[in-house]
Amino acid sequence: MSKWLPSASPEGLAARADLLQALRRFFCDRGVMEVETPLLSQGTVPDAGIDVFRLPRKSDEPDRYLQTSPESAMKRLLAAGSGDVFQICKAFRQGEAGHNHNPEFTLLEWYRVCWDHAALMREVAELLGAVLDSDGWQVWPYRALFVEVLGVDPMDEQTSLAALTDIAESRIGSVPHGLDRDALLDLLMSHCIEPEISDWGVVFITDFPASQAAMARCVSVGDIDVAARFECYVHGKELANGYWEQTDATWLSAQLQAENKRRQQRGLPQRPIDERLLAAHRQGLPECAGVALGVDRLLAVKLGANNLGEIISFGWDSA
Amino acid sequence: MPNFSTNEFKPGLKVMLDGDPCSILENEFVKPGKGQAFNRVKLRNLKSGRVWERTFKSGDTLEGADVMDVDLEYSYTDGEFWHFMDPSTYEQYGADRDAVGEAEKWLKEQERYEITLYNGTPLAVTPPNFIELEITETDPGLKGDTAQGGSKPATLSTGAVVRVPLFITEGEVIRVDTRTGEYVSRASKS
Repeated sequence: MSKWLPSASPEGLAARADLLQALRRFFCDRGVMEVETPLLSQGTVPDAGIDVFRLPRKSDEPDRYLQTSPESAMKRLLAAGSGDVFQICKAFRQGEAGHNHNPEFTLLEWYRVCWDHAALMREVAELLGAVLDSDGWQVWPYRALFVEVLGVDPMDEQTSLAALTDIAESRIGSVPHGLDRDALLDLLMSHCIEPEISDWGVVFITDFPASQAAMARCVSVGDIDVAARFECYVHGKELANGYWEQTDATWLSAQLQAENKRRQQRGLPQRPIDERLLAAHRQGLPECAGVALGVDRLLAVKLGANNLGEIISFGWDSA
Repeated sequence: MPNFSTNEFKPGLKVMLDGDPCSILENEFVKPGKGQAFNRVKLRNLKSGRVWERTFKSGDTLEGADVMDVDLEYSYTDGEFWHFMDPSTYEQYGADRDAVGEAEKWLKEQERYEITLYNGTPLAVTPPNFIELEITETDPGLKGDTAQGGSKPATLSTGAVVRVPLFITEGEVIRVDTRTGEYVSRASKS
């Protein structure tokens, strides 16, 4: 029986070792400090799109969650005065298993003090240039990309749910019932836009709908408020997700509550609010921008692998 | 039947969709950077044989279908139904023309076939990948043609017509790949 064997090839493992070294060198050369934070925390995220692993506990102990990203702990370091920091660590998301997903995956996350998301996008592009030998990159506001690819304005309140549903139906056949506006936009993004931009090289999508801000701040662009966020796609694969961070504790608290409300509307269990993160924000998170980049996907893109199992030593099914 | 959630959709799982029993072929998890996760699923409609591609919200469920595959022996046809028998219980099952479909031309008495039962009724008949059948009609072979790649049509005992090498003669038993309808070799014993 060969079930004990790694799912990755020896070449894949060697390429991973090289990549990890190159990433560390990239940040070391730029004076960004490497940090480690706990994988098991008492706080977690309410994000309606993320299912967290919760550990069984003894009755007198608090719940512990496997981190879905090191965001909260790294922000607490920033609030305590760490300055620029990066981390390469494991993150965990229950149920996310597929060609481009592994429930346990490797994240590279870093924060730049006094930067905004535009400056951070440039650094992501430089990192991709160094790792992938990619040449050039484009920035597309979310709204403009929808207009370009699908011919619809996702930010216009006149654009009805029915109109968005029709577009999805015409492109992928049937559409699941009961999708709210953001879920429908997510469907269009993942099923209709991603395949279309797969030969566009390095693409940054920015200025997301304010309703999809997560922990990013919102800024006015012309007549609308947008989330100061970006996602980076290479060959149609989403590699990185960055924010110009929300520093206002009251705003952040409201955004976390809104995510819990969305969980409720989708029939999902509520998550505790991460009070230690909010306390750090009240103390003062410095102005900063942060980004999380999927190291496994980056390696898959670099090696042209179609399945993450090929470049993870033991993919989910063989772990 | 129990319900199955998208994360239980494995190839081969039988579920009900739009009132028809379907078999899951592929299930791919799809998620944008943030936000709603989906499962893009390919299913074969077991009634029509057609492949459907559907997108589900992750966590959505489908009812399981009462579908199972059994090995049965072909007995005979009365023109309306093709009758199969469970060799251990002698229980009889009648498959209609829709269920037999393309398999009709490979039906040989006493041969075993995989029958897909839906609520206890045959829904589909799958022949074995290879089957040995006698040639009932073909033009005489030409001497000296054994090395050449030429071929000719031959009618088999079940009515199927396959292309065979020129040296094959009437009355011989040949081995055929039922998936492609192609001649494989002379049967080991004839």
